[in-house]
Amino acid sequence: MTIQAMILKMSEGLGRTLSIFGLTLLFSLPLGLVVAFLRMSKIKPVRAIAKVYISILRGTPLMLQLLVVAYGPFYLFGMGVSRNKLVPIIIGFSLNYAAYFAEIYRGGIESMSIGQYEAAAVLGYSRMQTFMRIILPQVIKRILPSVTNEVITLVKDTSMAFTLAYQEMFSIGKQIANSTTSFMPFVIAGVFYYIMNMVVAVGMSKIENSMNYYR
Amino acid sequence: MNILEIRHCRKRFDQNEVLKDISLTVEQGKVVSIIGPSGSGKSTLLRCATLLEKMDGGELIYIGKKAVWEENGRMVSASASDMKDIRGCFGLVFQNFNLFPHYSVMKNITEAPILIQKRERDEVFETAKTLLRKMGLEDRGDAYPYQLSGGQQQRVSIARALALRPKMLFFDEPTSALDPELTGEILKVIRDLAMEHMTMVIVTHEMAFARDVSDHVIFMDEGVIVEEGAPNEIINHPTQQRTIQFLSRFN
Repeated sequence: MTIQAMILKMSEGLGRTLSIFGLTLLFSLPLGLVVAFLRMSKIKPVRAIAKVYISILRGTPLMLQLLVVAYGPFYLFGMGVSRNKLVPIIIGFSLNYAAYFAEIYRGGIESMSIGQYEAAAVLGYSRMQTFMRIILPQVIKRILPSVTNEVITLVKDTSMAFTLAYQEMFSIGKQIANSTTSFMPFVIAGVFYYIMNMVVAVGMSKIENSMNYYR
Repeated sequence: MNILEIRHCRKRFDQNEVLKDISLTVEQGKVVSIIGPSGSGKSTLLRCATLLEKMDGGELIYIGKKAVWEENGRMVSASASDMKDIRGCFGLVFQNFNLFPHYSVMKNITEAPILIQKRERDEVFETAKTLLRKMGLEDRGDAYPYQLSGGQQQRVSIARALALRPKMLFFDEPTSALDPELTGEILKVIRDLAMEHMTMVIVTHEMAFARDVSDHVIFMDEGVIVEEGAPNEIINHPTQQRTIQFLSRFN
């Protein structure tokens, strides 16, 4: 098998890699905000539940979580295992990344000075207006570097989908490596991931720069 | 007409009684200064009056409308819609400005009138421009707060409060975060507002300023009003031992 053929074959899985990446971000970013709010709730049991959620999802391997989401329903409730692997993958990834994002959001929100809330309150902003217009934009600016870290990790973590035999780029690469006893597919995979993360890094730094108009 | 009435205000933080039965009335067009040592409760009183802190007892009344009062030993607040009107009665200028750093000067001033008071955009921008001119900042509308000096930031925050056309303004140590050179420019702005008969309550450590600008001066210590009266009496001829002791440090 030529290198070109390998690259071609592996790129067929790139779409799937990118769907895991994109869909996970789409769901985990807002979900993380919800978890962050629960974690900061005034109601103690709510706070405790969010704390346990974050603790478990950060404290156990993503690979294990993917297996639980995919096969848990079968072992626990005797439900059939879905043939569609993308759904459990996105659920697993989103739940996992939401836990990390939640803590990033919380750090950002708690770093805001109380004066911003008070100024908004005196000017008559409602709590929702205060959060959406005054707090959140500043929080986003502050947390962007940490979010970039997570997004970069996510690009590499998509390879974890092989656990559920999902044919994304890295899974295909491994199969080629096995059948051809060549090391080349791993090199190709490495280059693919590296390029994707270059794009992520450039994109994120563009976003960061776009917020540099204030301090 | 009384713009603000505070009756028997009490406030405690845990076991610490910060305000012990404070009453205070501010008539339209009058300037009241509150002086006193740190920890005397003067900032807390201002925070209670501006609804940033909940009173534990007493009443708070704006233009005859009760905002907060005591009923059967519990504190009750006006309805949400009344509260909105009441909040519109006053503006507050903070010690450390609290401008929104991600908004330009213009947006800091214009957003609340447009968003909350639902006023016409063009009219609000005109108002904002007039206010900026008054503050000597007519060409800084597009600047961001970090690009301004402390004195300029504080002037923007005064303009921001005025843009909502409040019936009265509170100042919480408006010059304490500024160096002496910038203090003067803020004091001048407040003086100009006093000349226009803006109703104001000012917590300050600037004794000469309080004497010159106020109609009434209140000296607070340990959560009570120790002495109050005409500025000249309180600042130049205090009668209470505690007031004399406090003011002696300024002369």
